[in-house]
Amino acid sequence: MDKVSTAEDARVIQIEDGVVSYRANVALHGVSLQVREGEFLGIIGPNGAGKTTLLTVVNGLARLVRGHVRVLGVEPCRRGAHRLRTRVGYVAQVKSVDPRLPISVRETVMVGAYGRLGWFRRPGRRHWRQADEALEQVGVAHLAHRPLGQLSGGEFQRVAIARVLAQQPDVFLFDEPTASIDPQAQEDILELIQHIHRQNHATMLYVTHDLATLPKACERLVLMKHGRIWREGPADQMLDERLLKALYNGFEPPRQHAPTRGLRT
Amino acid sequence: MATDWITFQDQYQWLLNAAAAGFCAGVSCSLVGVFVVTMHLSFLGVCIAHAAFAGALMGVWLRFDPLIGALIFSLAATAVIGPMSERGDLSPDTSIGIVFSLMLGLAFLFLGLAPGSRTEALGFFWGSILTVTGQDLLFLSITALLVAGLLLLFYKEVQAVVCHREVALSVGIPVTLVFYGMLFATGATIAVSLRSIGGLLIYSLVLNPAAAAFQLTYSLKRMLVLAAFFGVLSCWAGLAGSYLWDLPAGACIVLTSAIVFALATAFSPKKRVKKWEPPPATD
Repeated sequence: MDKVSTAEDARVIQIEDGVVSYRANVALHGVSLQVREGEFLGIIGPNGAGKTTLLTVVNGLARLVRGHVRVLGVEPCRRGAHRLRTRVGYVAQVKSVDPRLPISVRETVMVGAYGRLGWFRRPGRRHWRQADEALEQVGVAHLAHRPLGQLSGGEFQRVAIARVLAQQPDVFLFDEPTASIDPQAQEDILELIQHIHRQNHATMLYVTHDLATLPKACERLVLMKHGRIWREGPADQMLDERLLKALYNGFEPPRQHAPTRGLRT
Repeated sequence: MATDWITFQDQYQWLLNAAAAGFCAGVSCSLVGVFVVTMHLSFLGVCIAHAAFAGALMGVWLRFDPLIGALIFSLAATAVIGPMSERGDLSPDTSIGIVFSLMLGLAFLFLGLAPGSRTEALGFFWGSILTVTGQDLLFLSITALLVAGLLLLFYKEVQAVVCHREVALSVGIPVTLVFYGMLFATGATIAVSLRSIGGLLIYSLVLNPAAAAFQLTYSLKRMLVLAAFFGVLSCWAGLAGSYLWDLPAGACIVLTSAIVFALATAFSPKKRVKKWEPPPATD
């Protein structure tokens, strides 16, 4: 009995039979998933497989129309979901930003801590120091005072990771953090993510459609197709060429550049 | 000395009132304008101004305080636009456009139904800052203080939502509450400033100073201060121009704000292109 409850306690994410629907389009069809504390879970699959939707179910940005989800013991779709989001860091895909936006890199990193600070507390010296340390850790301290809209894709993603570090979450969600950036920047970012995992023993969910950008630290893989979990298991077993070819509908699994270090395949 | 001041006050009380109204309207309209401009919701100001206008005309028609009508209609318009654009069924532009056309229709309906002379009703088109009353001044100053105070208190939430709403949502900021708060502040500001500045001119005072400030800085704090400064400058310079050349005050205020915007755009550092220099020669 004790053993069972300990195993359940260690599960920081539990999704049971989750269905997400965007008007006429059902993005997730009855997905069930459990993630243990400190686990590094990879989620791969072709475009439109429901990978991003699965991540947004975890932080409550997507609502289940059926099924249940609990993250860190809380239901993310209920009122007060914003309190849960302070504990779930989310790095979204690179988006174009208005180059004239009136916010600096240092300020946007500090936004990571705003949710945790609550309504009436202002960031103090300690918080600004943490934001500066996060920028240093991701290697863009020299960009601290640059406007956010004037960054390259790689710089933008590093800043997004620094923001999540400033947030100090218990769960990290990465949605194609290396998409549309050059191979060198991709490898640096992957190294950085794995370093954060080693350092913080944090739970991480990592989404990619490009197998060349799957981190080595990824222990378990979820293969998604047509809004369903198609296969799930240890990464070594899931990275079977025949399985991957079937996942990508008979096409060669996408690998956009030859991996060199810190990568899974 | 004291007698001189009293005589001056007696003679020019209307001008002092107008300057005070210009200060309050300039500050509050420009501050909410920063949110409207940065979030690319410029049409929102136009729509709320017409809603306030329709509400004021309803007040004239049914003989209750037009300010109350303006407040109810502008807040109701924001309460409709907010969920319509939030739900994503319609783009914000379309939802604002639909509410705008509805308000315009209602405004003309109430104008047609209003009894007697149309003078009071038409006054809401271009405003009457030179005949501003003590009650108007009280409401204007309370609104300016409220908008500035709320911004000071919730600056970090406003900054996060205005600059990147999705990020704000994902880090746990109650974005909907902050967004609706900003919409309501815009509605209240426009409604309260309607009588002084006028329904046709008010959105220029919301838009132009903030758009001018947007051209000049990458810091939201500086943008807020600059926008408020440009708002007050437009009002005071417009009033001075109106007094000196005997021109309509509302039109002068708006034209001044347009000139401020043109100058800010002409000297905007955001347009500057870094000078190219050849790389140093290597062996």
